Amino acid sequence: MTTVVPLNIENVDTDQIIPARFLKAVERKGFGDNLFRDWRYDKDGQPVAGFPLNEGKYKGEILVAAKNFGCGSSREHAAWAIFDYGFRVVVSSFFADIFKNNALNNGLLPIQVSEEFLQKIFAAVEADPAARFEVDLENQTFTICATGDKTGFDIDGYKKECLLNGYDDVDYLLSIKGEIEGFEQARR
Amino acid sequence: MGKTLFDKVWDAHVVRQLDGGRSVLYIDRHYIHEVTSPVAFLGLRNRGLKVARPAQTTATADHNVPTINQHLPVEDPQSRGQLESFARNCAENGIEHFGLGHPKQGVVHIVGPELGFTQPGMTIVCGDSHTSTHGAFGAVAFGIGTSEVEMVFASQCILQPKPRTMRITVDGKLGKGVTAKDVVLYIISKISASGGTGHFIEFAGEVIRSLSMEERMTVCNMSIECGARGGMIAPDQTTFDYVQGREHAPKGAEWDKAVEGWKKLYSDPDAKFDKEYTFDAADIEPMITYGTNPGMGMGITGTIPSDEGLSGSDKVSFDKALEYMGFKSGEKMIGKKVDYVFVGSCTNGRIEDLRQFAQAVKGRRKADNITAWIVPGSHMVENLAREEGLDKILAEAGFELRQPGCSACLAMNADKIPAGKYSVSTSNRNFEGRQGPGARTMLAGPLVAAAAAVTGQIADPREVFNL
Repeated sequence: MTTVVPLNIENVDTDQIIPARFLKAVERKGFGDNLFRDWRYDKDGQPVAGFPLNEGKYKGEILVAAKNFGCGSSREHAAWAIFDYGFRVVVSSFFADIFKNNALNNGLLPIQVSEEFLQKIFAAVEADPAARFEVDLENQTFTICATGDKTGFDIDGYKKECLLNGYDDVDYLLSIKGEIEGFEQARR
Repeated sequence: MGKTLFDKVWDAHVVRQLDGGRSVLYIDRHYIHEVTSPVAFLGLRNRGLKVARPAQTTATADHNVPTINQHLPVEDPQSRGQLESFARNCAENGIEHFGLGHPKQGVVHIVGPELGFTQPGMTIVCGDSHTSTHGAFGAVAFGIGTSEVEMVFASQCILQPKPRTMRITVDGKLGKGVTAKDVVLYIISKISASGGTGHFIEFAGEVIRSLSMEERMTVCNMSIECGARGGMIAPDQTTFDYVQGREHAPKGAEWDKAVEGWKKLYSDPDAKFDKEYTFDAADIEPMITYGTNPGMGMGITGTIPSDEGLSGSDKVSFDKALEYMGFKSGEKMIGKKVDYVFVGSCTNGRIEDLRQFAQAVKGRRKADNITAWIVPGSHMVENLAREEGLDKILAEAGFELRQPGCSACLAMNADKIPAGKYSVSTSNRNFEGRQGPGARTMLAGPLVAAAAAVTGQIADPREVFNL
């Protein structure tokens, strides 16, 4: 169970998530500092009051955004930035394809819910910023704890296993080492 | 329903089938070279791992090696660094490494089969698209990316969706002077450079059965040039005869047992392919490409097609290709001036190719306007050529046998065709700039290359050599 950070904006594109000028790094490090850079900070580098990430009352590992999240450029840095900031789940009523894949390949779970359910989440967190929510990846459900409202979500079976175990493809293959060795034995 | 050859080999290597269509595919043989492996080795090191099955991994330096003076230090510091780091990575992981100067060094897809590492029924991968070459033995062999190289290093497995199947049947009898390269260039010209996308091809029919192993390798090598994941041919007596006695081939009772299993590797009569094509050998003549992708090929006596009937981006790219080549629709290819001839690569760098070229030019002279690079695919090919006296035949005709490597096929080393110059090349890609910035490549088989080398222009080998 965790609280959420609401971002009730539609069509959040990857240029907003991480502006192009921050893509020059050659290592996959530090992108979280520049997540939503131009919404978070003004031109003098001062935090913009009212932006959800700057409001102390919103915290948590789940980012909830309005529909068509992650559209625009295919930059994987967008998923890296959201993950690096500390989010592990993004909830929206629609994700751009490329972003969705990039997220899954980087340990970030995109949960697509109905527009109606999304509005219930926004309503719950507006009523109580400390409202709690539950993500059950195993059973593929998302629950608003205060109301008990629950919804299911879809995920590719293999990617689910990777996320549940915090694996990438190499980690996954290493996790079935015993099975691979068994396969080798059986062929001898 | 029966199974295709591809299904039989693939299914026998699935360790686990995942939701969503991916398979965990077990890899029997992993070939590596100096260019696509360094980042995978780095990734492995960062995970604190070593290569899981070094004995199933074979390393050779090929893409980035010089093809003269291989006994001297490599001049280019970046190339030298890459070769040194490759040697170090292999040593640290206990992988047998055929570096520069090693008697077994050569182009990875030539070294594997000649040492008997490549065998029927295997799964074979390499960080190189022409890994499809090994399909000639009835192996499922395909090129992979660097992140996948890391997967194989770590686990000897790879995560892959299963491709669809395609059968290409070539029936009839090949005419005189028509080589395996002409067959595959013809096929690609018919189904286009993207006609095989998403598929794994099985080559079949009377013509394919009649090919030698080396010719079959030439055909499978080019499967990737029609976009296919790979190509394969059912193993038969020709295959077994080639493999038997090679260094890493099974021996004694093991051999008999292996052959027994290999004899089951064919497509069942009732097997269904997702796509089928049939071609007639009588329609195939010596081929030459006129454009900038391997699908832009034509019979050597023909005329360059026009953009009529093409529209949109197809027309734009066709016109752009002809402009790059300096050719016009309706022109004949025969008689066009040639500046360079390259014989070599994983497509046509084997002993039969060198024999074919040497026999053709024997007793003739290289045309004065031609610069020719004859590059054997491996030291074993080079040694065999010298043993057979091919080097002398070549020298008498004004040609020099160089040292093994990928050479002008991708021009990563110093063997670059200068801008604007015309090259008849036995390699596999005629992309813009592939053989050097601005270079104009015409793909062909060894006989068309020989005809160009002695006449200085595009010529029909059947006429030049009275075939």
